[in-house]
Amino acid sequence: MGAKQENGDDKMDEKVKKYLRGEAANLEGLQDKKLKGQLAVREELYGKSAKAAAKIEKWLLPSEGGYLEAEGIEKTWRIKQESIVREVDILSSRNQYDIVLPELGPYTLDFTLNGRYMAAAGRKGHLAIVDMKTLNLIKEIQVRETVRDVVYLHNELFFAAAQKKYPYIYNRDGTELHCLKEHGAVLRLQFLKNHFLLASINKFGQLHYQDVTMGEMVGNFRTGLGRTDVMQVNPFNGVVALGHSSGTVTMWKPTSAVPLVKMLCHPGPVSSLAFHPNGHLMATSGKEKKIKIWDLRKFEVIQTLPGHANTLNFSQKGLLAAGTGSFVQILADFSGSQNYSRYMSHSMAKGYQVGKVLFRPYEDVLGIGHSMGWSSILIPGSGEPNFDSWVANPFETSKQRREKEVHSLLDKLPPETIMLDPTKVGTVRATRKKEKPTKEEREAEMEAAVEAAKDTVFKTKTKGRNKPSKRARKGKEIIDRAKRPFLEQRIEEQVSRKKQKTNMETEMPKSLQRFVR
Amino acid sequence: MKVKVISRSTDEFTRERSQDLQRVFRNFDPSLRTQEKATEYVRALNAAKLDKIFARPFIGAMDGHRDSIKCMAKNPNYLKGIFSGSDDGDIRLWDIASRRTVSQFPGHQGAVQGLTVSTDGGIVVSCGSDCTVRLWNVPDATLADSDNLSDNSAKACLFIYSCISAKNKFHCYRSKQTTTCIFQPLAVYVWKNAFRAVDHQWDGDLFATAGAQVDIWNHNRSQPVNTFDWGTDTTISVRFNPGEPNVLATSANDRSITLYDLRMSSPARKVIMRTKTNSIAWNPMEPMNFTTANEDCNCYSYDARKLDEAKCVHKDHVSAVMDIDFSPTGREFVTGSYDRTVRIFQYNGGHSREVYHTKRMQRVFCVKYSCDASYVISGSDDTNLRLWKAKASEQLGVVLPREKKKHEYLEAVKNRYKHLPEVKRIVRHRHLPKPIYKAANLRRTMIEAERRKEQRRKAHSAPGSIVTVSVRKRRIIKEVE
Repeated sequence: MGAKQENGDDKMDEKVKKYLRGEAANLEGLQDKKLKGQLAVREELYGKSAKAAAKIEKWLLPSEGGYLEAEGIEKTWRIKQESIVREVDILSSRNQYDIVLPELGPYTLDFTLNGRYMAAAGRKGHLAIVDMKTLNLIKEIQVRETVRDVVYLHNELFFAAAQKKYPYIYNRDGTELHCLKEHGAVLRLQFLKNHFLLASINKFGQLHYQDVTMGEMVGNFRTGLGRTDVMQVNPFNGVVALGHSSGTVTMWKPTSAVPLVKMLCHPGPVSSLAFHPNGHLMATSGKEKKIKIWDLRKFEVIQTLPGHANTLNFSQKGLLAAGTGSFVQILADFSGSQNYSRYMSHSMAKGYQVGKVLFRPYEDVLGIGHSMGWSSILIPGSGEPNFDSWVANPFETSKQRREKEVHSLLDKLPPETIMLDPTKVGTVRATRKKEKPTKEEREAEMEAAVEAAKDTVFKTKTKGRNKPSKRARKGKEIIDRAKRPFLEQRIEEQVSRKKQKTNMETEMPKSLQRFVR
Repeated sequence: MKVKVISRSTDEFTRERSQDLQRVFRNFDPSLRTQEKATEYVRALNAAKLDKIFARPFIGAMDGHRDSIKCMAKNPNYLKGIFSGSDDGDIRLWDIASRRTVSQFPGHQGAVQGLTVSTDGGIVVSCGSDCTVRLWNVPDATLADSDNLSDNSAKACLFIYSCISAKNKFHCYRSKQTTTCIFQPLAVYVWKNAFRAVDHQWDGDLFATAGAQVDIWNHNRSQPVNTFDWGTDTTISVRFNPGEPNVLATSANDRSITLYDLRMSSPARKVIMRTKTNSIAWNPMEPMNFTTANEDCNCYSYDARKLDEAKCVHKDHVSAVMDIDFSPTGREFVTGSYDRTVRIFQYNGGHSREVYHTKRMQRVFCVKYSCDASYVISGSDDTNLRLWKAKASEQLGVVLPREKKKHEYLEAVKNRYKHLPEVKRIVRHRHLPKPIYKAANLRRTMIEAERRKEQRRKAHSAPGSIVTVSVRKRRIIKEVE
């Protein structure tokens, strides 16, 4: 009983930690008593609210997650979809199907944030919107042009399709709303939901960011690294990552023409890229048949897995789907230690070439777009079982959708808030960590040098050369010589600081100089 | 094998009938919400801007006096009324909701210097420079609240009845649409010298007047029951302690603040400062602390048990602070100053949270915080009383629970990010009239120059030879037992 209780307590501690969102502030070094008191009260309140949230998670959440456990000598990756479908209820078994549309080319898909609607685009110009709850086809249109990618905007009313020459934005009824001429011939589209930015990469390797609320082009950059069609947005911090044919992955933000990060991931071209929803993990696959899992805080490889992957996707619960040829593999980390191993696999009929795998939000379903249409398979344990109505509601009514749209527009983030570490907003910029001595230390050094200089004993000169004025002058000279290197250093620093300041001022808007280094 | 897949049935997650409320499910997991801090920052910015859009603090002016208003008193039992006394001897009772005079109390020959109301709300005491103290009966508050009567004659009848029941000689007349009662005093006590201030004991029968000395009176005696005198200068203000009914604080022309205890019949403590104190107010929630309004543009908060050092110095006015009053929550106080502004400070804040000014408002001589902590009333030189909101962007009237929650959330998120430059710029921004702005800048340069010189003197002299006195002690000359 005691051990069980301890186990339970440990679990609660973990949960509380999750809700605390970071470490408590260190109040020891504060001298200001008033501030210390106020901060101590705040920290206590944070602790209380984290505990309350952890309790709610433990007792009040309505649904539980899915799971798949093998019995005996069975292995989970050998279990076929047919056997799973036989064991689950009717509603879930409807989620496993294959739609065969052989004439209209490889299909790519996108889901809305609440997982309710799906947009499918065939290469030969077929655009379709499907309601996944009722498996109703809402609208399908034929645009009679190559469609390379499709992405939903902030809700199911609008989606963008990357067609042969330009990307177009369509309504739910299939009406063409906008033709975005500035983007050019786009290969991939991504939508940043908090910022309402549509990011695109085109044939010439140019990255465009457009604000879809006002139509303003926020940034367009020449990546300089050639044509690429590997593009993903990191949902945690809003940076867009591109994978290039030289094996480098670059990360971009809309306010700078130079990438934030450039990392060499693979010896050959990067074939696909995926981000974990917690923002710390990235999976990349290269043409040399390796899948690497990276830790984005340290930019180091955590794990290398053998295998091809034309397309990668992380689920809400951290399962990784890798698709290649007609075979889809699902990897999971069971122990939570970010060590991925085989969980499930699915192989389709021989001629089918997997183009895109995408997990459906809030459901245990994986959507696969392939050359002969699209399929949907069941992956227990991949979706988040409990949704929050104010974040994404799969059972949204039209009134709720309208209210949500207005609220999210009011909370639209300016593009300057995209940065590698989004928790830095509102914090004070840390002092530089170089091994530069502080001001006091430098002054102390200078004092020490001056004292040492004062202590020098002069040789007493004879023959009338020992005048007191000359001695005094010599002493002063020695002290000045001792001080000189420190003063020179100080002047140098001032000049460099001024230069840096003017540099930064020209680059950044004035009010945000505090946030970005 | 054991398999479970997420399956949600629609009826569990949607409402049954259209009259039901929509079902809402919450999951507080931080991983579902990305970029929380940036969203909060954007909300804080919008909240600051909305605050400024809705900031309309001035409600109205109460017009009627014919000379500058020197003193005000609030009735602790009746929220809607306020008494004011002016320099031509006119005392009026105002109804704050309709901003009209309800009753007039004529009688003083010279300026009315002090007004106070007894704690049970029955008697108003006024003192003036004509050496008299007058006691008046306060008209019955509930009957005066006859807004729902449309007929003026009916209103008049009610007033007559209430006055008769008070056993008072009266004269009622009708003027246009309003009915104003004119009262005669319950008692008039003449004494030896002109009075400067009066204050009534909390939960007691005594009141104190300040003049050449401090006199303690009883309602029924025509002579003071006790007199306190320490020094030769006139006492200019007096205040009883709300928590300890026998303790009172006074300030005198010799720049001192004296604390008296009625039980000891001798003064308890005295602090002499560099400049004169115009008014004192005790904190109703922490009755051992009091705040003084000083002639050197600052307010000083003291702990009555430890008078050698001020607890807090509140700086922001550019001219002498004339009056001070605490909010009933004890968390804020309002000051009125000779520089034509009214400022609201936090009880422990060094600078003001809010400043109110109008082109028509001249020197502010008295301020009062209303007893429900929502309004501030200022009486000034231009014969008007002005009614302001304590929180400038507050929504008056009935606030629905959702609205209230939203307001609280916006306030909290704005306070969390109010140190960031863009939000700070908007939150701090107040328009000041040019003379005050220039005066404040001038004061700042002067104080900065003084401080810099002091620093340099200290840096260039032997360490320890020049001792900096803290700001809280600097203005106190000495404390006397």
